[in-house]
Amino acid sequence: MEAEAVTSKEASSDSIAVQITGMNKWYGSFQVLIDINLTVYEGERIVICGPSGSGKSTLIRCINRLEEHQEGTIIVEGTELSSDLKNIDLIRSEVGMCFQHFNLFPHLSILDNCTLAPIWVRKTPRKEAEETAMYFLEKVKIPEQALKYPGQLSGGQQQRVAIARSLCMKPRIMLFDEPTSALDPEMIKEVLDTMIELAEEGMTMLCVTHEMGFARQVANRVIFMDEGQIVEQNEPEPFFGNPQNDRTKLFLSQILGH
Amino acid sequence: MESAAFVRTEMAAARPPPSMDMGPVGWMRQNLFSSWLNSILTILALLGIFFALVSAAPWLIQSSWTATSLNGCREAIAEAYGEGTHGACWAVIRERYLQMFYGFYPRDSYWRPNLALVMLFVALAPVLFTSLPRRMLWFSAVYPFLGLWLLWGGSFWIVISILFGFFVGYAVLTILMRMFGQLAGVVGGALAAVLYWVILTGTVADLLHAVIPLGIEPVESARFGGFMLSTTIGVTGIACSLPIGILLALGRKSDLLIVKSICVGFIEFVRGVPLITLLFVASTLLNIFMPPGTNFDLILRVVIMVTLFSSAYIAEVVRGGLASLPRGQYEAADALGLDYWKSMRLVVLPQALKVSIPGIVSTFIGLFKDTTLVSIIGLLDPLGLANAIRADANWNGIVWELYVFIAALFFVFCFAMSRYSMYLERKLQTGHN
Repeated sequence: MEAEAVTSKEASSDSIAVQITGMNKWYGSFQVLIDINLTVYEGERIVICGPSGSGKSTLIRCINRLEEHQEGTIIVEGTELSSDLKNIDLIRSEVGMCFQHFNLFPHLSILDNCTLAPIWVRKTPRKEAEETAMYFLEKVKIPEQALKYPGQLSGGQQQRVAIARSLCMKPRIMLFDEPTSALDPEMIKEVLDTMIELAEEGMTMLCVTHEMGFARQVANRVIFMDEGQIVEQNEPEPFFGNPQNDRTKLFLSQILGH
Repeated sequence: MESAAFVRTEMAAARPPPSMDMGPVGWMRQNLFSSWLNSILTILALLGIFFALVSAAPWLIQSSWTATSLNGCREAIAEAYGEGTHGACWAVIRERYLQMFYGFYPRDSYWRPNLALVMLFVALAPVLFTSLPRRMLWFSAVYPFLGLWLLWGGSFWIVISILFGFFVGYAVLTILMRMFGQLAGVVGGALAAVLYWVILTGTVADLLHAVIPLGIEPVESARFGGFMLSTTIGVTGIACSLPIGILLALGRKSDLLIVKSICVGFIEFVRGVPLITLLFVASTLLNIFMPPGTNFDLILRVVIMVTLFSSAYIAEVVRGGLASLPRGQYEAADALGLDYWKSMRLVVLPQALKVSIPGIVSTFIGLFKDTTLVSIIGLLDPLGLANAIRADANWNGIVWELYVFIAALFFVFCFAMSRYSMYLERKLQTGHN
């Protein structure tokens, strides 16, 4: 129903990071995603928004197969997602993800959280993995917390560690699933700043978020979803300035209204 | 009327708490006499402890350590403390403590269980305390074979031969893995090792023994008894039931229907049957299913039953721990690209087991105490020996002293386990969640 994805002018090249074609997904007999077609180019920053229950989280969770889709194809960095476990593990090591509730491993120190996957999945030597981890922890501005445990950090710090943990795998795509929704207002900025910095370095990003300021500032493309479908997508300026679909207009008036 | 506006001009400094809340007086006020009800309970409890001590102490202290029979005890006590005094007859412990510890194990070989016990502590140390050098774990890995060999004796080549089985399995595993992939490797390796153990271990050991005889006097199972028997069954059961229990718990949560059904069926069946029944099966029924002439050691059969029994309980305790983890932990592990076994081993199980520590240790303590049930099928554990001693004409009629002794020793073991679990919980505490 919607046209082929709008190609971003800013996309660094025309190589495709994620291609979703004719994807449908059901929970039991309830269809959560309906006929999703989406192409994400390398280096694109995409913000997905929409009312709760619109399927936006489910959509990005399908990209690293935390959710299984029943129909259609998803190709990530040239590898198709199927029930082949090897492909799934391959894709997951190329795709980083940040969750609403951080999901740091509470039994491991910050440093060990960051080195776990590189050591066990990538087989990086421990010393090298720790150097990489410290590099990214410095980048998210909390190297001094490296030996603490997640339970000793504030929410904003935990989310920045979660971002660093994903980056340690040197992913080609980053997925953000409402990364700031569980944070106190004064901590949202520090996480968004980290994400903005990441975006400026050219990381391919798909963010489910309600932070419209962030969307305006860094997104190449904003996608609006409702009732499991992509209703509207456009570059931020026209998307916010001149929304076309009535549902988009209603949604934007509700969240920007106050 | 007061104005609503208020501006603090300077910040107040923090003061120490009132002296009433500090020191021993403060502690007593807070913990023992915080309210009327609490004060009354404190006084009643103190009175209770006082009367218990006053009535038990004379019996414990006005005792005889030297007599050779119960009547001898009574006479000695009457002589020392006056006619009609009730006192403990510790002489029975003095006379029989070796039997209580070692059963009918040959006297000149007591060094073997003693050495096995010392080595047990050395083997356990690196498992229990992570601060010790990790290389000690190699000794822990070899200890089960070494310890059992020390206890039962026989040719040392049996130990070597059994350990060789692991190399056989590993060799087959690597070869098959290179040729046919991981699954074939694991299955083939396990199969090769088991086949080797069943068919070839004995032969290989005999051959080697014929070339270079190296061994110690074998001791048959019938001579095992006392706390040595309890500890052997208990420690082996504990060591084997934890890994089996964890696998059962993972199987029960598995997506694979067959695996799941087998695990659920096993757990529910074993938990639904009294341990005594399983022990009777071990002691009598199993012989019917065995080919005639096979000599399948009774203690081994009991250990297997005890292990299966407690592994079903461990499985349920661990399942509780698995269920307490938020789904986000599984998802985060998946999203980082960890496969099933890695995410279980590195992310899920460390947390689930930490939550399950109190339940696991309870199960272990229960298992250790349940080893006394083997007296019912005729093994001479401390309780079985107590019955034998009471049947002795010299000690006919003695009750308390033996059971107090047995209870005290079991208490030491179980209390140590309980304290260790508390230490572990404190050590694994990270953050304030």
